[in-house]
Amino acid sequence: MTEVTLNNVVKRYGAQQAVHGISLDIADGEFVVLVGPSGCGKSTTLRMIAGLEDITDGEVAIGGRVVNDLPPRERNISMVFQNYALYPHMDVRENLGFSLKIAKRPQAEIDQAVREAAVILGLEDLMDRKPAALSGGQRQRVAMGRAIVRHPDVFLFDEPLSNLDAKLRTQMRVEIKKLHQKVGNTIIYVTHDQVEAMTLADRIVLMRDGHIVQVGTPLELFNAPVNTFVATFIGSPPMNLVDGEVTNAGMIRLTDGQEIPVPSAARAGVSVGQKVQLGFRADNLSPVGHGVFEDGEAAELDLAVSLSEPLGTETLLFAELAGIEVQGKMLNPRPVSPGERMTFRLTLGKAHVFDADSTNAIRSN
Amino acid sequence: MRRRLPEWFLLLLPAIIIIAAVVLIPLIFSLYSSFTPYKLTRPSTLWKWIGFRNYERILEDWKFWAAFGRTVLVLTIALNLEMLLGLGIALLVNKVTWGQRTLRTILMFPMMFSPILVGFQFKFIFNDNVGLVNNVLQSTGLSDAALPWLVDGKLALFSILFAEIWMSTSVFAILILAGLFAMPRDPLEAAKVDGCTPWQSFRHITLPFLMPFIFIAMTIRSLDVARAYDIVQIMTGGGPARRTELIWTLMARTGYVDAKMGLANAMGYVSILLSIAFTVYFFKKLSAARAQLGMTG
Repeated sequence: MTEVTLNNVVKRYGAQQAVHGISLDIADGEFVVLVGPSGCGKSTTLRMIAGLEDITDGEVAIGGRVVNDLPPRERNISMVFQNYALYPHMDVRENLGFSLKIAKRPQAEIDQAVREAAVILGLEDLMDRKPAALSGGQRQRVAMGRAIVRHPDVFLFDEPLSNLDAKLRTQMRVEIKKLHQKVGNTIIYVTHDQVEAMTLADRIVLMRDGHIVQVGTPLELFNAPVNTFVATFIGSPPMNLVDGEVTNAGMIRLTDGQEIPVPSAARAGVSVGQKVQLGFRADNLSPVGHGVFEDGEAAELDLAVSLSEPLGTETLLFAELAGIEVQGKMLNPRPVSPGERMTFRLTLGKAHVFDADSTNAIRSN
Repeated sequence: MRRRLPEWFLLLLPAIIIIAAVVLIPLIFSLYSSFTPYKLTRPSTLWKWIGFRNYERILEDWKFWAAFGRTVLVLTIALNLEMLLGLGIALLVNKVTWGQRTLRTILMFPMMFSPILVGFQFKFIFNDNVGLVNNVLQSTGLSDAALPWLVDGKLALFSILFAEIWMSTSVFAILILAGLFAMPRDPLEAAKVDGCTPWQSFRHITLPFLMPFIFIAMTIRSLDVARAYDIVQIMTGGGPARRTELIWTLMARTGYVDAKMGLANAMGYVSILLSIAFTVYFFKKLSAARAQLGMTG
């Protein structure tokens, strides 16, 4: 069993605090993604788990053993780095087998482990090449191979895909997920890309400014963001946020005077006169006749389309609502000319209300 | 009408003239004179062709081979010690977090001195009567008698090596330090995670990465190592009784003291082979080390 536990972990560089007391329990075999904008402390947290950064305060335990004062080599972890960090003077075979050679394992065992890793990652034909003679994707696969030959307790990935082009990134994402299904180890994965986080994670840890903002499954974060930061960070395009004020008739009055009913899920949580932000995703704002509509609460809005982005099966529409650019989605698209006025239907059952001051989500329960 | 010289030739002419005057003609002249019994005191000997007789004399001359062997020995010891010390210094300076810039500048001080000054300085330091070393040894009671640092054959070679190493270790230190700065941090971290102790990281990751830099320093040093002439000349003059005679002091003595310029030039051409051999050797090592790292060219 290799669970990883972070207990109130703090990292300070002089007076600067990079990580503010993070606590997290990661279960054995779980794929956890630390995600957040750059400078949020996610990489620092990972490096503290790896032992590449000192832990200022708090405790990190791997498999029930506190590892604060252990050097990386005694933590039985593997790490895949953003820049691959291959050993430039060794060929692929030597790169893969290096950790076992250092551990003075018998040569037969090293060969066996290297061959297995090579098969899993499709590196058989590249074994005699130096890293300089490999493409980015191949280097990344070697880096992953190097991580798996040791059968570590925990895999750590530090933005492994951010140096690859978009197509390769999608491909490698699938490979990483397959790898996890095959080896089943605990994985802690750092990225700034919410798509990677959504697609890979069993559980996402969203961080900002050295704090954890929300922990949950990808769908929990997508469907129930705790504040506007989560709402706009997770999901593409980002959630639309429109400013308004709650009236005594249970409506939200937007800055242009238009009124939209407070979604029933938030109704008990708002008070009259409260400044709020109404949040909804593009998927829930569609021109009438061009969306999937569920019965239930909805609002109809008459908006002028300023721009359309056809994506094939759907078209992304940009329009202005109360002075703010919002995005909607049009299914079964037809050509839309700029300036055209259309009636949009906003599905309120999937909308969110956030307090404008605290940015926290308002929910009745 | 007279034909004019082509334009490209006219443009290159100044360079051709200068190179011919300062490199080509002396080179040809010295090569030619090595086939004559040319003595500075009797200029007419320059016109007497004696074929390979100078070279034959050198090859049979044990004094030449003694100096040759001693030179190879000095070079080998000096280059290796300079490399090891330079590596050590570079690794230490690389760890310094405060005042590193100043330290790097100080590191280069020995390179700024003229070798002649260094020679004089060490001649004083190792002097048996007034020298610093003997004074320290005697006043601390480590030795009761004055050691003949520059007189005893072995001690004199040691003293010369000391001066040479003092002056040139910084070449290695600076170049290796540059290598350390250029070194990516990631593979070292990967090695840590892969289970390396600090020594193993150094042995398997840092050192292979530094090898090209070490060989660049070796190549440069093997090219300019003839500078050691000044230090030897000042400190011992190749003496006493030729016990510190190196190929360069022997050559200078033959050419200028004994005035046998033809013979000295022949020695020069033999010793050039030594220099070329060292340079080619290190250059080959350099290329191999670069190929190891997957660098091309």
